[in-house]
Amino acid sequence: MTGIVALYIFMLAAFTGYEVIARVPVILHTPLMSGSNFVHGIVLVGAMVALGGAHTPLEKTIGCIGVLLAAGNAVGGYVVTERMLEMFKSSGARAAAAKRTH
Amino acid sequence: MPAWLSADLAIQASYFVTAALFIIGLKRMSSPVSARSGILWAGAGMAVATLVTFLYPGMSNYGLMLPAMFVGGGLAWWSGKRVAVTNMPQMIALYNGMGGGAAAAIAAVELYRGGTQGYTTSTLAVAGGIIGAVSFSGSAIAFGKLQGLITRSIRFSGQQILNLLVLAAALVLGGLVASHANASPAVVTGFFVLALLLGLTMTLPIGGADMPVVISLYNALTGLAVAFEGFVLNNAAMIIAGTVVGSAGTLLTQLMAKAMNRSLGNVLFSGFGDTGAAATGEVTGSLKPIEAADVGVMMAFAQKVIIVPGYGMAVAQAQHKIWELAQLLIDRGVNVRFAIHPVAGRMPGHMNVLLAEAGVPYDLISDLDEINAEFETADVALIIGANDVVNPVARTDKSSPIYGMPILNADKAKNVIVIKRGKGAGFSGIENALFYLDNTRMLYGDAQKAGAELIQAIKAV
Repeated sequence: MTGIVALYIFMLAAFTGYEVIARVPVILHTPLMSGSNFVHGIVLVGAMVALGGAHTPLEKTIGCIGVLLAAGNAVGGYVVTERMLEMFKSSGARAAAAKRTH
Repeated sequence: MPAWLSADLAIQASYFVTAALFIIGLKRMSSPVSARSGILWAGAGMAVATLVTFLYPGMSNYGLMLPAMFVGGGLAWWSGKRVAVTNMPQMIALYNGMGGGAAAAIAAVELYRGGTQGYTTSTLAVAGGIIGAVSFSGSAIAFGKLQGLITRSIRFSGQQILNLLVLAAALVLGGLVASHANASPAVVTGFFVLALLLGLTMTLPIGGADMPVVISLYNALTGLAVAFEGFVLNNAAMIIAGTVVGSAGTLLTQLMAKAMNRSLGNVLFSGFGDTGAAATGEVTGSLKPIEAADVGVMMAFAQKVIIVPGYGMAVAQAQHKIWELAQLLIDRGVNVRFAIHPVAGRMPGHMNVLLAEAGVPYDLISDLDEINAEFETADVALIIGANDVVNPVARTDKSSPIYGMPILNADKAKNVIVIKRGKGAGFSGIENALFYLDNTRMLYGDAQKAGAELIQAIKAV
């Protein structure tokens, strides 16, 4: 990937992020923040690559900490977002769910 | 394996799919109807990317990698499943800080190894390193403040100058490393120590009330750090995901700061947020208490009741009681609505999550813009542990620190009932003029207990 291609990717991704969020209702702000927190958990693949290429004990130690932290970001972000979104139901969906259980 | 099906092609193709899944997932998360499936799409993308990364050519240290993944992931899984909904904001801060720390760790490994070729790569590694490290230590402080581990905001004169000095020193060392002038391990270490220190000194003076904005900002910063380290590692999935989060997070931070009528610079540098300004203004009138039984009668025979929850409801874990109360009223034919201020609680939409947990359907919940005109026709506005977001001085008193902040116009309702633990001022320390109005009555007690009393009172009607 050349520098200029990377720059294009950066620009287009920035506009994508802005547009995807632009019309989000307030009620989803916290879940969405949590969801985007999960998405940057992709840092895990970078931490894996960094540790995979580490040689000295210092590099290995820092790489190991990186993988540990990144895995925490990805897994924790997923669990919390999933729990939050699980609670979002409209009154229609709630009534239907209640009917099923009765 | 055919020649064209190389590990590299499999990795690139999978990262491509992952990037698409992340964007679809985020898009779905931005609508209440499809939100729940959004996290599943994004989660599938993460699983694909993680698994395929094991195919990376020339990787070693699996003996360290797998235990680290299991320990980090396992602890996060355990804590994420156990955390109460009220405490979710600080957990988001914590997980976000971990991501920032991981980005800084990638930068550290690459810089110690001298693996960055060219000035662009080394500059981006340094930039991602400082941003990630600030996000890491800053988020840790944000977690400590919201969790109640750090109760004081440490402020002293010259604090901004100290921050500037730390930043300048970090940038000088970062510049040495990035320009390959002196990338010795000692300089790299000094750079990271200063970056971590900057996160601490920047975040310590910011008050608890401003933490939502700060967490959102650090979320965006971590995204940016991940994108920069993606450039360093030549990893398109990291660049795209990190940049999307960086820009979306920046927008979200702006929306939150706007809802509080503050600029981001004001939040970060003014030191306001839990002690408030000295100019509180004189409020005339008196606080008029009321008994739960009277409130019960008032609400049972009302046509329209608007409930305004705030952080007090979250602290008392009263959302279930309040929904039980609302259901009783709805069964009696009362039109019940929930009015949510964008910055009520500790994060934007924090109240929505709590009410959703209790089972309140989201179509009963209204934003500030939707509901504000309706207060005039409401018989009762029930304020539960909310304070600054209903303070009418934001409309009237130019000397007030919250002047100009959009508020819920609860004072326009025929009767205002305020459930409040005591007579103290709100989180910002500003006296609330709403409490002294002629049509306002105070119901003292914590929200859980007051809710239970109101339920009894309505049942007795």
